[in-house]
Amino acid sequence: MGRIILYIQSYLSSDQTPGAAGNMFWVLVYIMLVFGGLSVAVIAMNWLERKILAHMQVRLGPMRVGPHGLLQPIADALKLLLKEDIMPAEADGVIFWVAPFVVVLAAFTVFVVVPFGPTHAITDMNIGILFMLGVSSLSVLGIVMAGWASNSHYPLIGALRSSAQMVSYEVAMGLAVVSVVLMTSLNATGTGTLSMIGIVQAQQSQGVWFIFKFFPLGLIGFFIFAVAMVAETNRAPFDLAEAESELTAGFHTEYSGFRWSLFFLAEYSAMIAVSSIAVTLWLGGWLRPFPNALSGSTWDFMFSFFPAAAFLFLAAITFFNVVRMPKHPLFRIQTIGLAGFGVVLGLIGLVLLVPAVRMRVQDIFWFSAKVAAFMYLYIWYRGTFPRYRFDQLMRMGWKVLLPMGLGVLILTAGVALLQQNLWHP
Amino acid sequence: MLIGGILVITRKNPVHSALALIVTLLAQASIYLMLYAPFVAGVQIILYAGGIMVLFLFVIMLVSIDRSMRERQFNSQWVAGIIAATALGGLFIAVYTKGTSIFPEHALPVVENDNTQKIATMLYGQYMFAFEIASLLLLVAIIGAVVMAKKKI
Amino acid sequence: MESMLHITTLHYLVLGAALFLLGVIGVLTRRNVVIVLMSIELILNAVNLNLVAFSRMWGGLHGQVFAIFIITDAAAEAAVGLGILIAFFRNKETINIDEVNLLKW
Repeated sequence: MGRIILYIQSYLSSDQTPGAAGNMFWVLVYIMLVFGGLSVAVIAMNWLERKILAHMQVRLGPMRVGPHGLLQPIADALKLLLKEDIMPAEADGVIFWVAPFVVVLAAFTVFVVVPFGPTHAITDMNIGILFMLGVSSLSVLGIVMAGWASNSHYPLIGALRSSAQMVSYEVAMGLAVVSVVLMTSLNATGTGTLSMIGIVQAQQSQGVWFIFKFFPLGLIGFFIFAVAMVAETNRAPFDLAEAESELTAGFHTEYSGFRWSLFFLAEYSAMIAVSSIAVTLWLGGWLRPFPNALSGSTWDFMFSFFPAAAFLFLAAITFFNVVRMPKHPLFRIQTIGLAGFGVVLGLIGLVLLVPAVRMRVQDIFWFSAKVAAFMYLYIWYRGTFPRYRFDQLMRMGWKVLLPMGLGVLILTAGVALLQQNLWHP
Repeated sequence: MLIGGILVITRKNPVHSALALIVTLLAQASIYLMLYAPFVAGVQIILYAGGIMVLFLFVIMLVSIDRSMRERQFNSQWVAGIIAATALGGLFIAVYTKGTSIFPEHALPVVENDNTQKIATMLYGQYMFAFEIASLLLLVAIIGAVVMAKKKI
Repeated sequence: MESMLHITTLHYLVLGAALFLLGVIGVLTRRNVVIVLMSIELILNAVNLNLVAFSRMWGGLHGQVFAIFIITDAAAEAAVGLGILIAFFRNKETINIDEVNLLKW
């Protein structure tokens, strides 16, 4: 037992990600953790989306299944698993079977390089951002295969439209990413890096999040990426290809049961993946707010109470809702369930107050908080914006975002050159 | 990778062939990683597997394949083709067995972390002219493909 | 692991040659134009593999840069080839490469 503790401690004090250190055991542990965290995040996203959309539309959302609908995602998952698996008669068997797996694979493999902290990534590839862009472009293939294999009109048109849209906005995403990679090279040695951890460390050493760098160029670049990432994941307001009122659910019309839930899982994972790219590239990854303006050990100490404060705040909201529950005997189980949930949240908050845990959980918490903010933005867009027509969508991708991306790139390069010349002549 | 290649040339359904080609390209990317060429592997995944194959799949779906799938799949001169390929293979084997002395026995143990930076230095320094010509080529190809696929010019 | 065969450059070259042969067989024997184009991509990939293997052997990065150029080239050529295919298909309604014989005398 002592040896296990020593092993864990010796790992925790290393300064490399497990992949870079070649440590297979910890790589597997990290993969399990990321996979588990991702599944929990997708389930939570499902519930959050329905509740937040409902509150934005001045209604309540699911309230029956668990207390305040907390068990709704589990009920949905059970329903999807138990549904009959229909395959159209003329469909191409192999492709029909393989397509959801390709999309899920593409959406999950991206998380290999996502940095939750300076040593908390599964691995730190030298070409991190290139790898992420490339693998997320493989999901286009899965969608095309899904549309083709269903052998009917609506899925085919939906798949072709969806993949054309994704390919167009990949170009805009790539340009925005390139301008960020340019900004990472403005350090003493003059060499930038493509690795995700390197990009966040460049933000740390340059003292400014890249969204605020060369104001307003970083902001415009971030805006381009934010729009492109919403279009890339086929979410509102760019969800023409899969919205129910347009094409009867587009490329996943003919899928039912477990296969449909794979598409759904892949869509949410892709959302989280591109959000984590945006957070890493522009919003400073795992750095706490104001890493350099308000630096020093006292500010570190004060900011380190944030995770615990967040969880305790959530627990307080839960207890407030417990008090507001109807006092009918039929609601007793729900009230007890909600109170139990509040107790769990409060316990997590209290655990996060312990100093040893507090120091270590900072990076992961800030990263997850920023990604959660992006998820909220996604749901907000869905509840607010009307849908783009397909030709308007393509026009925006090619005629608006692409020139803007090129302009940002050229201007960033120019300003960087001026800065290097003026300050280091 | 070889299984993928064999599947590409033998499948009746072009969509199956395209899938096999995707598998081959991804395997190729992992071999590039084995050869310590991560940038080329990344470029391969983005461009080849994520770009060119989408183009291929689009065109396959645009062109109706039902009639052609019922026709004969292989050429009338397939015997000549296989003989030519075997001759080429014999040539390769002869060259490799003769020249095996120039290959070093062990692999160079170079593990570098700045492969991308070095390629960038070379690309924008020594091969700048070729870089510009490649971008011109892509421009011409885009215009050419659009012109050729339009219904009315 | 000591008795494992070292993967020398020769192994990569043989793999590249095998892929090249498969591509050549595909080009020479298939009638479907799209599959012929895909076999051409196989040939280009085999050449890339050879280039990168040699670049590893000699230590310089010229092979990898050239491989990137070839990948770019292949993209351009695939686009143009498929454009020609679409234009031809619109006229003749077949993708059988044996029927591309308008110049036959």
